[in-house]
Amino acid sequence: MKISEPLFVAENICLAPIDHEKDAEIEARWTHDAGYMRLLSLEPALPLSAAQLKKRYEKIEKEQDEKKNLFYFTVRMRPDDRLVGFARLYWIEWSNAGGFVQLGIGDPNDRQHGYGTQVLRLLLRYAFDELNLYRLTAVIPEYNPLALHLFSKAGFVEEVRRRKALNRDGKRWDLLHLGILHEEWDGRLTASR
Amino acid sequence: MVNGEKIDRESNTMEKDLFRGELVKLAVDEPQTVAESFSRWVRDSEYWRLANSNPVRAFSTKAIKDWLEKNPENTRGDQFIFSIRTLQDDLLIGDVGLDGVLWSHGDAFVGVGIGDREYWGKGYGTDAMRLILRYAFIELSLQRISLNVFEYNLRAIRSYEKLGFVHEGRSRAVLRRDGQRYDLVFMGILRAEWLDQNPDG
Amino acid sequence: MNGNLFRGELVRLTAEEPDLLGKTFSSWDRDSEFRRLLDDEPPCLWSAKKIKEWFEKDSYEGDESGLSFCIRTLQEDCLIGFIGLWDVEWSHGDAEVGIGIGDRERWGKGYGTDAMRVILRYGFTELNLERITLGVFGYNGRAIRSYEKAGFTVEGRMRQALYRDGSRADIVFMGILRDEWQALNGERRED
Repeated sequence: MKISEPLFVAENICLAPIDHEKDAEIEARWTHDAGYMRLLSLEPALPLSAAQLKKRYEKIEKEQDEKKNLFYFTVRMRPDDRLVGFARLYWIEWSNAGGFVQLGIGDPNDRQHGYGTQVLRLLLRYAFDELNLYRLTAVIPEYNPLALHLFSKAGFVEEVRRRKALNRDGKRWDLLHLGILHEEWDGRLTASR
Repeated sequence: MVNGEKIDRESNTMEKDLFRGELVKLAVDEPQTVAESFSRWVRDSEYWRLANSNPVRAFSTKAIKDWLEKNPENTRGDQFIFSIRTLQDDLLIGDVGLDGVLWSHGDAFVGVGIGDREYWGKGYGTDAMRLILRYAFIELSLQRISLNVFEYNLRAIRSYEKLGFVHEGRSRAVLRRDGQRYDLVFMGILRAEWLDQNPDG
Repeated sequence: MNGNLFRGELVRLTAEEPDLLGKTFSSWDRDSEFRRLLDDEPPCLWSAKKIKEWFEKDSYEGDESGLSFCIRTLQEDCLIGFIGLWDVEWSHGDAEVGIGIGDRERWGKGYGTDAMRVILRYGFTELNLERITLGVFGYNGRAIRSYEKAGFTVEGRMRQALYRDGSRADIVFMGILRDEWQALNGERRED
């Protein structure tokens, strides 16, 4: 048992709740970066206002409460709790012990410092050691090599390649599903960074 | 003949009835009608377990009707669901449709289910799929169609392969039933592939 | 992958808070020339509060047929107008573009043309539309010239559809096709 080992704290970042007052303005800025939106979402990229985000935060907590198949976290720096991203385990099917995982670091300046690796490590432990899930899926477009690398390093393997499923900038791209089984995780990423 | 030219009526797709196949036709029914049939079908647990990953349960007609009325099909821009009725007896035997349409990418997921096991393995499902694919490519101008199917649904997989779907991978051990784990198989068909196999549309 | 989809050379496209939208739109509306160039409906002077409430409605965000943005200058980050794609006919790949520069100090200086360039790029490389349509009033010569520069061609006119100040004017319909846009931007499409 690793009860005393914190589920929500890593070296530089932590998983935290939504701050309905402060977070919306920061996240609104990220949504004005089309690059960020296109990495995260398949829907047409669209910037959002803080007001729209506040409504989304309410929907997220409502869904978390009612459907019980979503676990949503903000990602914040230690020790000042500065908001840097989000992380979620979603579409969880309890009877099959499976679900989906996604994370995002909003400001490009906060990327490639190893925070994504720390977030993913916390998420995987939460999924496998706390939710007792058997497998996780990550859906990643082929034009997102940083995410593909991050998840592969964590033990995910390419399982599905939906050919030319995406169309952006005049080119067709494949959409990949990466998967990891509980036995493939086994506490990886804990040793090194 | 018109002006010396023979008009090939077969190739004029605008005149084709998009909703009519060889064994079945696509229709839209009232929630009460759908609910009555659906609550009967789901009592056949094999039907449910072939199509659904969440646990099989019993549903009353009223519960289904209430849900349908709260969630009207075909009013969201990303969903096109039809009833399947036999041409011969106008019997409601299942449903088929597109969901999760990603318009800017031109992709959608297709799903089909024949509720009455009397009509399994006789070409009804395949005929309905042919209709929905034609609808997707000819009427919605989509660029590809995706589907997923449980690895133990061999009849469906064979039927999709015959329709031209290509295997694109499997999510391992997604499903747990009867003490065993099963994969979720993904398949897809591109517009060019479908046009190749269906030159007349 | 183009991460600068929302940015042009003079302007960028944004989302704004309902409070600011209410105040700004309400003040722009008091310029009747602005309204009469933009809209065939008789100008109505709505309060900032009413406009704000309209933007806060759930239905505003749920409106599937519109993808709309505000326009800010890159240099001073000033909110000067709005632009968007409406009535998207997905299966046909067509949408209607609409633009309004509320701050008349910014008319005729290339801001509108720049915003139009950005939205066309968005329509053709993010939404993957096949064509974009617009309607403009016959008496809005400056706008028609700006749209022609952006690549639009006149496709037809609803003759004498408008009646203002004792005279009639046409509503002019213009369109740009994907191939035409690509030719203008020197791009080749991969298939």
